[in-house]
Amino acid sequence: MELFVQQVLAGLAVGGIYASLALALVMIYQATELVNFAQGEMAMFSTYIAWQLVQSGIPFWAAFFLTIIISFAGGILIERLIIRPARNAPVLAIVIIFIGLLVILNSLAGWIWTYTNQIFPSPFPDRPYLGVNIQELGAIGVTLVVLLLVFAFFRYTTLGLAMRAAAQNPTSSRLVGIRVGWMLALGWGLAAAIGAVAGIMVAPKLQLDPNIMGSVLLYAFAGALVGGISSPGGAVLGGFAVGVIENLVGTYVPVVGSQLKLAVALVLIIGVLTVRPAGIFGRSVVHRV
Amino acid sequence: MTNAPVTGAEARTIAGPGKPAMSPARLAGIALAVAVALGLPFVVSDFHSFQLTQAIIYAIALLGLNMLTGYNGQISLGHGAFYAIGAYTAAILIDKAGVPYYATLPVAGILCFVVGFLFGLPALRLEGLYLALATLALALVVPQLLRFRPLEGLTDGVQGISLDKPEAPFGLPLTPDQWLYFFALLVAAIMFWAGHNMLKGRIGRAMIAIRDHHISAETMGINTALVKSTTFGVSALYTGVAGALSAVVVAFVAPDSFELFLSISLLVGMVIGGLASVSGAIYGGLFVQFVPNVAEEISKAAPWAIYGVILILFMYFMPAGIAGFVRQVQGRLRTAPTRSSADG
Repeated sequence: MELFVQQVLAGLAVGGIYASLALALVMIYQATELVNFAQGEMAMFSTYIAWQLVQSGIPFWAAFFLTIIISFAGGILIERLIIRPARNAPVLAIVIIFIGLLVILNSLAGWIWTYTNQIFPSPFPDRPYLGVNIQELGAIGVTLVVLLLVFAFFRYTTLGLAMRAAAQNPTSSRLVGIRVGWMLALGWGLAAAIGAVAGIMVAPKLQLDPNIMGSVLLYAFAGALVGGISSPGGAVLGGFAVGVIENLVGTYVPVVGSQLKLAVALVLIIGVLTVRPAGIFGRSVVHRV
Repeated sequence: MTNAPVTGAEARTIAGPGKPAMSPARLAGIALAVAVALGLPFVVSDFHSFQLTQAIIYAIALLGLNMLTGYNGQISLGHGAFYAIGAYTAAILIDKAGVPYYATLPVAGILCFVVGFLFGLPALRLEGLYLALATLALALVVPQLLRFRPLEGLTDGVQGISLDKPEAPFGLPLTPDQWLYFFALLVAAIMFWAGHNMLKGRIGRAMIAIRDHHISAETMGINTALVKSTTFGVSALYTGVAGALSAVVVAFVAPDSFELFLSISLLVGMVIGGLASVSGAIYGGLFVQFVPNVAEEISKAAPWAIYGVILILFMYFMPAGIAGFVRQVQGRLRTAPTRSSADG
C-alpha cells in the first residue's frame, strides 16, 4: 500500500508537468487549432536559461521569475517573427514550421550548452517527509499554483476575457475592438511561460540535456487529447492521469518495466480515444454540412 | 488537417478521366529525366550512387505516405514504423531463412499491407490530431518492440542484423552500389507507374473525394470505411517495400535507425515535396537525403539549426511544396507566350 501511495504521488508529480505543458498546448490550440510541436523544446530552452542564471550566482527563486519573464517575451517574439508571417499557409506547412523551430531550438541548445547532462538544482530538499518525497510535493504544489493563477487570469480579468473571446470568435472580437493578433501573441507568451515552469520543475528529476523534453511533450500531447483538447481543465486532468498511469504501469506490470512504459501508456490512451474520440471532457465538434 | 485545399492538378483529375495528350515538351522532359537517371551512376562515385539510391528509396516511401495524407487526408506521424517493419522483414528473411534479397520485397509489402490495413480499421474512428497521436504511438512502439528482450531471437535486439551486399547478377560489369541503384530504380519505376495509375483512376478519385468531403463521398456510393482502410494498407505497402529496399542497400538494420526522427523526416519530405503530388515524392526524397548534408556543409557546429531554418524558409516561399512551386512556374511559362502573341 505504501508503495502504491508513493507511486501515485510520483505519478502526480510528473503528471503535473505534463499537465502544465498540456495546458500550454491547449492555449495555442484553442486560438489556432494547431498543436505547437515546438512547445517542449521552448520549455527546454527556458530551462537552460534558468540553469545559466543559477550558475551565474542568482538565487533560485529570482532566476525562476526572471526565466518566466524572459520566456514570456521569447514566446511573443517567436509568434511575431516566425509564426505570424505564415498564418495563411496550409495547416501541414505550419506543422513543418513548428518542426523547423523544434530542430533549431534543440540544435542551438546543444551548441551553446553542449549535449552533456547538467545537474539542475531543486529548491526543495530531496528527502522523504512522512514517507513522501518533499521534492515531489514541491513540484506538485508549484504546478497547482501556476494552474490556479492561469485559471484566475482567464476567469476574472478583462485581458483574459478578451483572449478567450479572440480565440472563440475572431471576427466579432475584432468588431468590439479587441486586437486579435496581439491576443494570439500573448497566448504564445503565456504558453512559453507555463512551459518554462514545467521545464524547471522536471529538470532536477531528469537531469538537464537538450533532449529532455521529447518524451515529456509526447505525454503532454497524449494528456491533452485524453482530457479533450478543447477543454483546458480536461487537458490538465488528462496530464495528471497520464503521469499516474505511466508510473503504475511501469511499477506493477513486470514484463513492461521501464523499457515499454511509454508504449503501453500510449496504447492505453489510444484505447480510450477509440471509445471516446473527443477525449473524456472534450466536446465533439459538429460540422455543418 | 483533414481538409487540404484542392489544387489545380487535382481539380483536373476530378473533372474528367479523359487522358490529356502529352505535349512534345513534356515528352522531351521525361526522356531527359530517364537518360539522366540511367547515366548518373556511371558519372558519380560509388558513395554518391549509394546516396542517390537512398533518395529513390525515400521517394517510394514518400509516395506511400502521400497517398494516405496528401490524397486521402489521413495524417500519419508514424510511417517510420512501416519502414521499420519492411526493413526487418527483409533482413530476417535474408539472414535467418536464406531468402534471396529480391524475393523479400513482395513479402515485406504484403506484410505491411496487412498491418497497415488492420491499423487503419480502428483509425477509422480517429481524425486529425487524434490520428496523429495514434500513428505517433505506432512510431514510438515499433523501435521499442525491436529492442524488446523476448523478441531478441528474431530481431537480434539492440545490435541489429548485418547483411551482405548483393553482387550484380548475370556477370554485369557493375559495382554492388551501381547495381543496387539500378535495382532500386526499377522497383521505383514499377511502383510509381502503379501508384500513378491508381491515383489518377477511380480509386484515386474516391480517395480525394473522401478527403475533401467524406459525407458527399458516401452519398455518391463510395464505401468510405473500405477505401480509407485500404488506402492505409497500400500506403503501408509502399513504405514497407521502401524499408525492405533500404535494408538490402544499407546491408544493416538496427532499432536506432527507425526512431521517431525517421517518421518526422518522412512527414517533412512529403510536405516539402508537395502534398497530393506524385512528382512531389521524388523532390521530397532528394530533400530528405541531401539537405541535411548541405546543412552540415554550412555549419558543422549546429547543422540542425541550419536545417530548421531551411525548412521554415521553404514553407514561407513554397507553402504548397516544391511540386506546387513547379506547377506555378509551368503555369506562368504556359501563359506567357500566349500573352506576348496577343500583344504582337
